[in-house]
Amino acid sequence: MRRFTVPLLVLLLFGVLIGLAYYDKLDLYVQSVLMFMGINIIFGSSLNIVNGYMGEFSCGHAGFMAVGAYVSSVLSVLFFAQDKVFGAPLLPPEYAIYGFPIIVIIAFIAAALTGLLVALPSFKTRGDYLAIITIAANYIIITTIINLDFIGGPRGFMGMKSVIFAMEDVAFLPWMLIWVYIFTILSIWAIYRFVSSTYGKGIIAIHQDEVAAEIMSVNTNKMKLIAFMFSSGLAGVAGALFAHVLGYVNPNSFNILKSTEGLVMVYLGGMGSLSGSVLAAILFTFLLELLRPLQIIKWVVIPLLLIILMQFRPEGIMGNRELSDIFPRLRKFYQFK
Amino acid sequence: MKKFLAGLLTFLFVFSTMVAFAADTIKIGFNIPLTGDIPKVGEASKFAAEMLKEDINSKGGLEVGGKKYKLEFIYEDNESKAESAVSAALKLIERDQVLAIIGPNSSKQAVPAGQVCNDNRTPMISPWSTNPDTTKDRPWVFRAAFLDPFQGPVAVNFASKTFKAKKAAVLFALDNDYSKGLAEIFKSEWEKKHGPGTVVAFETYASKDQDFSAQLTKIIAAKPDFIFLPDNYNEVALIVKQAHDLGWNGPFMGSDAWGSAELMNLCGNDCVGHYFSTHYAAAGATGATKEFIDRYTAKYGYVPDDVAALTWDATRLVLQAIQDAGKITGNVRKDRKAIRDALANIKEFKGITGTMKFDEQGDPIKCAVVVRISEKGEFLFTESVCP
Amino acid sequence: MLESVIQNILNALQWGSYYSLIALGYCLVYGVLLLINFAHGDIFMVGAYIAFFVSTLLLGHYGFLPFALPKGLVLALTIPLTMFLTSCVGVFIERVAYRPLRRKGANRLYVVITALMAGLILENGNLALLGASRKNFPELLDKTVYTLGSVAFTNVKIIVILAAFLVFWLLNFIVTKTKIGMAMRAISYDRFAVPLMGIPVDTIIVFTFVLGSSMAAIAGILFAMSYPILDPYMGAMVGWKAFIAAVVGGIGDIRGAFVGGFILGFVEILVVAFFPSTFRDLIAFTILLIILSIKPTGIFGVAKTTKI
Repeated sequence: MRRFTVPLLVLLLFGVLIGLAYYDKLDLYVQSVLMFMGINIIFGSSLNIVNGYMGEFSCGHAGFMAVGAYVSSVLSVLFFAQDKVFGAPLLPPEYAIYGFPIIVIIAFIAAALTGLLVALPSFKTRGDYLAIITIAANYIIITTIINLDFIGGPRGFMGMKSVIFAMEDVAFLPWMLIWVYIFTILSIWAIYRFVSSTYGKGIIAIHQDEVAAEIMSVNTNKMKLIAFMFSSGLAGVAGALFAHVLGYVNPNSFNILKSTEGLVMVYLGGMGSLSGSVLAAILFTFLLELLRPLQIIKWVVIPLLLIILMQFRPEGIMGNRELSDIFPRLRKFYQFK
Repeated sequence: MKKFLAGLLTFLFVFSTMVAFAADTIKIGFNIPLTGDIPKVGEASKFAAEMLKEDINSKGGLEVGGKKYKLEFIYEDNESKAESAVSAALKLIERDQVLAIIGPNSSKQAVPAGQVCNDNRTPMISPWSTNPDTTKDRPWVFRAAFLDPFQGPVAVNFASKTFKAKKAAVLFALDNDYSKGLAEIFKSEWEKKHGPGTVVAFETYASKDQDFSAQLTKIIAAKPDFIFLPDNYNEVALIVKQAHDLGWNGPFMGSDAWGSAELMNLCGNDCVGHYFSTHYAAAGATGATKEFIDRYTAKYGYVPDDVAALTWDATRLVLQAIQDAGKITGNVRKDRKAIRDALANIKEFKGITGTMKFDEQGDPIKCAVVVRISEKGEFLFTESVCP
Repeated sequence: MLESVIQNILNALQWGSYYSLIALGYCLVYGVLLLINFAHGDIFMVGAYIAFFVSTLLLGHYGFLPFALPKGLVLALTIPLTMFLTSCVGVFIERVAYRPLRRKGANRLYVVITALMAGLILENGNLALLGASRKNFPELLDKTVYTLGSVAFTNVKIIVILAAFLVFWLLNFIVTKTKIGMAMRAISYDRFAVPLMGIPVDTIIVFTFVLGSSMAAIAGILFAMSYPILDPYMGAMVGWKAFIAAVVGGIGDIRGAFVGGFILGFVEILVVAFFPSTFRDLIAFTILLIILSIKPTGIFGVAKTTKI
């Protein structure tokens, strides 16, 4: 019975959230904050694979998010919406409900392939050189998007809202909340499975000592490539959801500052701790909203809080431990590692 | 998963305690960039709005249907980020129950926030956004600035006439859609008038760049008759100075984003004698415009730029619409509807940035003026162009 | 054509000088601590602001001095004062934010994040304190434009380029010829053996921050003299790019940082000169990536052998 506790809880939370949203008990503002929380969770914990478990320093994660956002937006507008560039929808808009998950998966693949392109040259180098390559990749991706006029260039790209409306026409439900929830849970589950798998052990070994890992017959290059692709693919999922929640994408939303937000979430939570980055993403999004009344001071207070936190917990909130390590009783419900 | 639940519960708890509602006030939300790329724009908007609020509240409030209501302005920082603008708009709509929203200013935020306001049936006026998508097919969204397709030809005609120019060069910010849109319209208009190839240089940079020497070298080598700079004033100051360093002595022509008091402070003598098209001429202004400029200058220590003036107009438009709507029922949804209808029905509005009417898309129809920067650093009225 | 090439080379030398000066600061701190000091771009911004306040104060703008000093003297006083004050800021950040973390033995990437946060505080604290108006840096040198044929340059441009080389020469001297420089190199060579030799590591680290921040201060003054508009976010982008420059040159070697800065300057300017400028970032960064994939450790970098 106990092994079903976590899935049941997840399902229960899902039911409660959707129910509250459906009966207007959860207003749109809270919904939007929850959705951004989910997106941040995916974004932060996917970066944790590379920066935490693998111990590399990638700082252009938002670039992959941009790829996912644009690929998914173009596809969903192309297939399910009337648009001035792409013309009539290729499929009847009612199919959007079934099409959307597929589009998100395509966004995952596209971002993962971009990740591959970045990873191929970068794994010749070690350490901080990856930081540069990913920053440069972030710039290159954004400049490319700006120069592509058919997807709006610097004007941005829109039309995804009508796809959401098409879903609502079929069944009146808070669709984006549902999708964000499902994909957040799926991503957490996938990362959890990934880091407990042989690949996960492999990249943790690489983090500890790459040479030793190689001697112990870990195929380091393959491991690193797969981890990097997986991580950037998940960033693409976050991007796809981000684009559809906003109903509008703009290349400048994915600049280097967005990447640094991801870094903050990873290191706030703790390198190599999945529950840490989930917790950090929730805390960070929550803090951003909570401190809104401070206006300008907000962006002084948040970094200050983080610095102070670092002084007391120099390894982030969770260190490299999981929730089940801190509360051993939780192990009854789920196992980690 | 428990941590998620616990987080959620605290979250819901904190927010449910934050609901407040007052009866005799009119709440208007401001979705403005106080931090991020363009803090000055947010600051100017806030200052203008504060001034207007003090004005009206010191007279006892806004009179609607025989009753006086105090104004309450709520400023939300959108950090110059699209997602933050959406959250801010939703917060204003759902939490603060505002009747209307002013802002966001730049199109990056105004397009998605406009979508949110339109979906949630809340009137929104963007003072500064020039992207057609902001208001397109959105009955609840309006704007106070004129669109790029109007400003481009104004610059073309003025430059051909005044500079007797045959060849033009354009330098613009690639990732700024305002700048890019205007540059492209200018180019197509100019080539329509003078024949293809007469825009001899069409160069770009990224916003936040500080060195433009390579672009300017290229432009100067192409020997244009003048340079068109549809850019923000801070970049303009740097570009004009660097162009002079590289030996350029010809004229510049600018757009409404030049129209800031800071321009002369930053640019000094280098900007004297150049022209730009804008919403209003601060020097030689008369009537309400002059009064606004004088009071703003006295209060905050600098001459207001066009964002301040446009925010002032946008806010006054909303207040006008509230008065036209006749009464405040207390039912937010009904009131918002009444305000939107009143806004759409405003026949003509005498703002400090000119008289404006709204077309069916919610875009204003108003005149542009071309001003010359005088030796004293004032923006002198030269010509007025109406659509 | 030739003239515009010469003009662009001059432009690139000037623009590269800033990248070089800032990259030197990154490189010093990185060489000693293996810390990517992301606050460095913002220390550069703080340097420019300090220079602004010092020089306007000395010019008598606030009525603090009963008399206004001549411009040349103001410049001569501004440079050391700004260097001193900016070093104080740099050392303060080191003492308050980095050192405690180092003592606790935190992973160095946490220190990097702390640096990022410190940078954000500097940017936004400045915005909150001074308001959003940009500052206009006073002209401390009477600018003259010289033209040779169609090549135009100003005296400021020449001074900037010369100053960059001078500063590099001085720094190179300090690092290679003096005792304290030797200690710095020793720390970057083997940081565990160095304390055993009786070298006061913390003093050396503080000295490194002083040096790095004064580089940033000089860059700030020179920058403000040629681009006299200061805003709180001016350091962010330049800082990121200078970091890239430092890595391309081979981080950990000051010659590398210096050359890397000029490479980035040249690439950015020449790409604009010969390609459509819309693709500047795309082409510039692709070139840098190609350099890195040919020489993965950067131009002057040496591949480290990993000990097991």
